Amino acid sequence: MTILTVNRKEFEKKIGKVTKEIEEKITNMGTPIEEVTSTEVSVEVFPNRPDLLSLQNFALAVNQFNGKSDLAKFNIQKPEKDYLVKVEKSVKNVRPHTVCAIVKNLKFDNEKIKEIIDLQEKLHNSIGRNRKKVAIGIYPLEKIKLPITFSAKEPGDINFLPLDSPDRKEMNGKQILKNHPTGKEYAHLLENSEVFPIFTDADGKILSMPPIINSEETGRITEKTKDIFIECSGHNLHYLNKCLNIIILTLSEMGGKIYSMDIKDPSGNLVTPDMTFSEMPFEIKNLEKTLGIELTEKQTRNFLAKMGIGYDNRKGKSIALIPSYRADVLHWIDLAEDIAIAYGYENFEPEIPEISTIGGEDPHGKNKRIISEILAGLGLLETSSFHLVLKKDVKKMHFDYKEFIDIEDSKTDRDTLRIDLLTNLLQIFSENSNASYPQKIFEMGRVFALDSSKETETGIKETERLAIALANEEVNFTELKQILDYLFKMLNKEYSIEDVEDNNYINGRSGKIIVDKKTIGLIGEIAPRVLKNWKIKMPVVALEIDLGFLSN
Amino acid sequence: MEEKFLIESLSPIERNTLPHLTGDFSNLDEISEKSGQDKTTVFRATAFLKNKGLIEDKTSGKKRVVLGILGINYLKKQLPERALLDNLVEKKTIPIGEIKNVCDLNENEARVAVGILKKKAIIQIDGGRVNLVAKPGEIRNKMIEELFIEKLPLELDKLEAQDKLALQNLLSRKDIIEVEEQKTIEVRLTKLGEEIASKDLNINLIEQLTPKILKQSSWKGKKFRRYDLTSPSPRIYGGKRHFVNQAIDYGKSVWLEMGFKEMSGDLTTTGFWNFDTLFTAQDHPVREMQDTFFIKNLKGKLPLDKKLIEQVRKAHEGGIDGSKGWSYKWDEEESKRVLLRTHTTCLSTRTLKKIAENKEFPAKYFAMGTNFRNETVDWSHGFELLQTEGIVIDKNANFRHLLGYLKQFCKKMGYDKVRFRPAHFPYTEPSVEGDVWVEERKQWVELIAAGMFRPEVVVPLLGENIPVLAWGPGFGRMLMKFYEINDLRELYKNDINKLREMRFWMK
Repeated sequence: MTILTVNRKEFEKKIGKVTKEIEEKITNMGTPIEEVTSTEVSVEVFPNRPDLLSLQNFALAVNQFNGKSDLAKFNIQKPEKDYLVKVEKSVKNVRPHTVCAIVKNLKFDNEKIKEIIDLQEKLHNSIGRNRKKVAIGIYPLEKIKLPITFSAKEPGDINFLPLDSPDRKEMNGKQILKNHPTGKEYAHLLENSEVFPIFTDADGKILSMPPIINSEETGRITEKTKDIFIECSGHNLHYLNKCLNIIILTLSEMGGKIYSMDIKDPSGNLVTPDMTFSEMPFEIKNLEKTLGIELTEKQTRNFLAKMGIGYDNRKGKSIALIPSYRADVLHWIDLAEDIAIAYGYENFEPEIPEISTIGGEDPHGKNKRIISEILAGLGLLETSSFHLVLKKDVKKMHFDYKEFIDIEDSKTDRDTLRIDLLTNLLQIFSENSNASYPQKIFEMGRVFALDSSKETETGIKETERLAIALANEEVNFTELKQILDYLFKMLNKEYSIEDVEDNNYINGRSGKIIVDKKTIGLIGEIAPRVLKNWKIKMPVVALEIDLGFLSN
Repeated sequence: MEEKFLIESLSPIERNTLPHLTGDFSNLDEISEKSGQDKTTVFRATAFLKNKGLIEDKTSGKKRVVLGILGINYLKKQLPERALLDNLVEKKTIPIGEIKNVCDLNENEARVAVGILKKKAIIQIDGGRVNLVAKPGEIRNKMIEELFIEKLPLELDKLEAQDKLALQNLLSRKDIIEVEEQKTIEVRLTKLGEEIASKDLNINLIEQLTPKILKQSSWKGKKFRRYDLTSPSPRIYGGKRHFVNQAIDYGKSVWLEMGFKEMSGDLTTTGFWNFDTLFTAQDHPVREMQDTFFIKNLKGKLPLDKKLIEQVRKAHEGGIDGSKGWSYKWDEEESKRVLLRTHTTCLSTRTLKKIAENKEFPAKYFAMGTNFRNETVDWSHGFELLQTEGIVIDKNANFRHLLGYLKQFCKKMGYDKVRFRPAHFPYTEPSVEGDVWVEERKQWVELIAAGMFRPEVVVPLLGENIPVLAWGPGFGRMLMKFYEINDLRELYKNDINKLREMRFWMK
């Protein structure tokens, strides 16, 4: 969840007083208010709207929603001499692309610098996927000599003083990954690469080593900074452009003068930033059908404008003009949501259509409900346990089990999928010695095994099981067999029992349960070894069966 | 109760006890002896009589000093300090480290013995040795503690000054003596009791109706002893469905009443069904290990339907049905990863695929079951979560219908007032969240997440863009509220005492 927190005073300068009414409007705009204090306003920004992640951008959206601002327009200056970034082939396998811009006449103060850095961080973490997809660098222009080169070199050959270097020492590429705090944090993004990417200026001065860190000399903007150079580097031009454009919107709203740059990319030359609208043709009747409301063209135009989207009618065809900084409009259905938000969710009249369908319960679920009713009638208590268990618990009974299905990097101590239900029931006995006896419990649910038949897509076979366990001072096989008899009689099924030797049960007191010539489970008095492992001080008799026979 | 009824309600033991009581207090032992009943019986009888207002009681407590477990042992043998003293008389001096062995004491006893004798100035410690310094006369005399334990038991109130000192010394040592409280209960008849006791209690009442009485019709003309219906009865517990499953059954009934068909399926799935068919980009954070449980060393298979795979690829890469897609290269291998489903929505996508061929719609489906999130567990976060969701597939369905279903659904769940606001989910557009008004708490509570499946989800599965409405309530939250559980972990704790006490789901 991304929370945008803005300075209330600065925000109010842009949108006017934050009243209760405005708060409600902001929530209805799709940015739920998290907190409003005397100094700050916090809203939740959904992941599809990275373009709202700065005060400037958010305030513009609020003003558009309230009809106080028009569509964002940009006056982009053509590249001046040497406003050029040369992308060398050497970056191809490590970080192939960059898009850049120059912004002049900025009047930075502390608040604005904070806003830019905050936006940069938020973009890194969201659309930038922690700098993997997009890394952003911002540099004071006066420290740089244009044009810029984007190239890659062996890490040993890259030497510069990085920002916040621990001993203010120059470091090479390898040392940065190893010793610099930021280097260590993002080392995984370059580690496997033979060459590391760098931006250098016309004098060969290193500006930065993306996506890790800027140089101390050229990489820090201050209140004195008026003009800046911005680059976004990464793997995918689409996302790089979105990121750059979002920042440009912020800088433009701050009053900066935007200059484009020529990018000499081996895969094709570009001029960035490209702030032109993208066009999306759509049909109003599709929006009407999706939303269940009637829309005139004028309403459509107005609603889109409230969401910062333009509208054009070309030869009778509706075209939406999507701002270049919006990353979320992929399909006309995204326009439908924006229209719905502008229309106001609270203004929709809920309606229940007349569709006649017939309900139906899953047969497994139904069987489980019936079995539960039968067993509860005998005074048994149903339990419900986790599917994820601890291997060491399973081994208290199945000490030589090997085919565990393990979880990768579990944040809990549970590391494997359960192979039976009995482990859970024995654990319950083990933890409930303070409850009065007899304790009679049962559980139904899914257990997991590797799929030897290779039929499933996952390679895992899941089966529905039933387990029953009784613990009491004088509990025996007969008591449980009575329950099994009654259960099968009530289910109108037949079973037989055959002697079986199984380490987990007492010999001569355990058997296979057979239905239609197939073994569906075991029943017996639990071996003292198992009870000891679980520290259970009462004798236990238990059974576990596969419920598959009920659906055959 | 009327006097007559009172007499009829007296049980045999009350009847046997009553004549041995008077208007003066007498204790239970005396009554037991006089009435020839054991003490427990008399105790129960007096409790019943007191309930009926026939007697009153008075409890007085006396404190007695008695021997503890160690004290009994020491009385038989000797106190540790005496053991040390006896040995010192013989040896005059003993190294501190050897006291244990020489005197046959444990570590603690040896330490205490040295401390006590030092305090009494009988010994001195010098250079790691204990030396005897007292005169033989002092040594022969019994210590006050020894005298005291020989005299026990004694009443606490009646201790003499010297005994009090011994008591203090011994109480600071564990298990030698104890102070126990002895309660004496005395009872006497109330005014009403005296009246009743003066009556003829020997009326012939039937205590228990038996087959024999029935057969012989000997009940005719007789009266049955009246029971005290308000007296507490011993507790029993029944077997029952687990409370979470009761709630699931209820949830299902709501969906079934609304004409929805249940979907079910495996808890393990490939990324293809859990994410890719739901247009979740392969580098979306939710697909990382810190959010999702992936299975180790297991690679799954994609469905046999090659066209479906191609359509999904297209939806992700360059878009489908006029969409722009996610503009990246979709990787089959990533979608083969095996995981524990993170939502029941993976059942919805399978269902859409299944009904596409015969165009079995309009249709309404629901699912209810466990999902998994790789979360650190605390009171509000679990790694296994209960979720339910429904989908409506209908050519004519629209956003207003979605809100209509949501309203109806909330109403069935017991919430009349609902409000909606924009939300975001990766696979629905438009998306909506619904809050319900909870009257008892006078506040809005978030309950519903909903939306219409994106065309990038629907088109690869159904072959055309047909509206699919989808929603799921926060079921766990409703459950916790109903059972007044504040900690998610309680749901699957299986505390037998608590399960026995848990009330039934009634909604």
